[in-house]
Amino acid sequence: MNTSPSTTASTANAAPRRSRSPLELAFRQFLRNRAALASLVILGIIVIACFVGPLFLTNDPAANDWGAISIPPTLLGQHWFGTDELGRDLLVRTLAGGRVSLEVGLLGTLVSGLIGVAWGATSGYIGGRTDAVMMRIVDMMYAIPYMLIAILMMTLLGRAFYLVVLTISAFSWLDMARVVRGQTLSLRTREFIDAARATGVSTPGIILRHIVPNLLGVVVVYATVTVPGIVLTESVLSFLGLGVQEPMTSWGVLINDGAQKLESMPWLLLCPAVMLCVTLYCVNFVGDGLRDALDTKER
Amino acid sequence: MALLEVKDLGVRFTRRDASPVDAVQRVSFTLEKGKTLGIVGESGSGKSQTVMALLGLLPGNGLASGEALYAGRNLLTLSQRELNQIRGDRIGMVFQDPMTSLNPFLTVERQMTEALQLHRGVSRREARQKAIEALQRVWIPDAARRIDRYPHEFSGGMRQRVTIATALLTEPEILIADEPTTALDVTVQAQIIELLRELNRDLGTAIILITHDMGVVAGLADDVMVMYAGRTVERAGAQALFENPTHPYTRGLLDALPRIDDSDGTHDIDAPLRTIAGNPPAPGEAIEGCAFAPRCALAKERCHSTRPELEAIAGEKDGWRACLRPVGEMMEVVR
Repeated sequence: MNTSPSTTASTANAAPRRSRSPLELAFRQFLRNRAALASLVILGIIVIACFVGPLFLTNDPAANDWGAISIPPTLLGQHWFGTDELGRDLLVRTLAGGRVSLEVGLLGTLVSGLIGVAWGATSGYIGGRTDAVMMRIVDMMYAIPYMLIAILMMTLLGRAFYLVVLTISAFSWLDMARVVRGQTLSLRTREFIDAARATGVSTPGIILRHIVPNLLGVVVVYATVTVPGIVLTESVLSFLGLGVQEPMTSWGVLINDGAQKLESMPWLLLCPAVMLCVTLYCVNFVGDGLRDALDTKER
Repeated sequence: MALLEVKDLGVRFTRRDASPVDAVQRVSFTLEKGKTLGIVGESGSGKSQTVMALLGLLPGNGLASGEALYAGRNLLTLSQRELNQIRGDRIGMVFQDPMTSLNPFLTVERQMTEALQLHRGVSRREARQKAIEALQRVWIPDAARRIDRYPHEFSGGMRQRVTIATALLTEPEILIADEPTTALDVTVQAQIIELLRELNRDLGTAIILITHDMGVVAGLADDVMVMYAGRTVERAGAQALFENPTHPYTRGLLDALPRIDDSDGTHDIDAPLRTIAGNPPAPGEAIEGCAFAPRCALAKERCHSTRPELEAIAGEKDGWRACLRPVGEMMEVVR
């Protein structure tokens, strides 16, 4: 055999090459998508600003600066986003509110994702009567007007942060369960599932080790749709006065406040609304990029 | 004593409109220790469903009847839990398409060690070591490094060798291979056949080989069962069956094999390829007589109305056929 220098070089190069999982390949594909990548960066900045920013700003979100009441946004003073009629710094309030909104969004998505995946995968894999019963339960949940439940819970149990998350999660896993079930139905017919059964793997083992990893792509993409949905739901609840309670704040609460003073102090609405929109857009773009990246089958 | 004894196996599917379809009817065979049984038939002849039933892998609307005795237990009536102790441990299975029978999201190591951890309770590290050895046994070069790769980083032939290695990790007594070479190209096919032969010889694993390729059967099987429309039409030792097929369908299958040499001077290598005219009956179609009769050159009126039962072939040890026409008439007419 002719061992040319180039072949030895290529084998030498091949040796340390790391093995890449399908998800890793999708991620590399995702990095090539400029819009999605830019969105991810902006999103990252917003998230970091919301969680870390308030630590570096001198103002407490509830602190009043009586020397600067209702001033519009300015780069000259220390209130870049302006202040409200109580002299509270809007930038700090927007960031602190963003933290609550994002926390609700992420926590809600996590909880709804866990329930949705478990429910959908079990229902889809076992099939038959179990599937029918589990999906009818989902249908029944759909029929319940969640706003009504939310209003009831908030009025009866008080406006607490965990209650908001709980109420929203309790209803937002339904879509996830349906999507996951659909995907599981098609996965179930794949030969590697038969192969796993022929290996003697138990039903829970198949669902956990063979179905769920294959669902990750769909789940990740769908989660990016869920996050804005939940952030928006929280905003709606807050806008109706059912969200988190003062002095805690969220984007929804801020937008609600701002909307009432739209004519005199438009920045109170504008700043949090823009932040909310940018965030939602970015999440959607990221989701779009993820979908494209995961779409290309079997590289 | 026979390792696996299948008696009167039937597989019935229930359609959405509740009408039954019999995919497999009255199939019986025995598999001896260390022997290879080839099950041959065209698509839809029920050969895959036969083994799926044995392993409890029928879809939800399928129901198996009859008996399949393995180690004194009827596989068809075992609970899922009991079956899980046998399949993947004592009985291994290799599927048709290695592109889809490996989980794309798990490394080869995770998939291979699963059976060992499940059935032998060995540690992950020990299982990994055994898996590497198994890969080496099926000629995967650089196995220690490759084992951490994902299936998409393997070629088709290599993947099939991985699935075979996986099935053999627990040293099963029976290996069921459902068209293991169909999805592979010819040179790789030959490697897989050679590999199966070697494993059968060295490890004494009995093999049930399902295929529609007579050539594959000829190279590997000790016994052959030919299926048509869910029934056994002929069952005999491989040599006897190839030298002297006693059923018109078997005869047709053998005649349909393309010849590339004429060393014995009896074949016209320039002649057009032979086929068996017509199509197999649709699943669920009611058949009164012999299912093959409409396509059979030898069929007489009686063949269309009376169903032939599987009968011992006179003067042939372990030879069975289901045909109303006498063996003696086979030779003259079809040729």
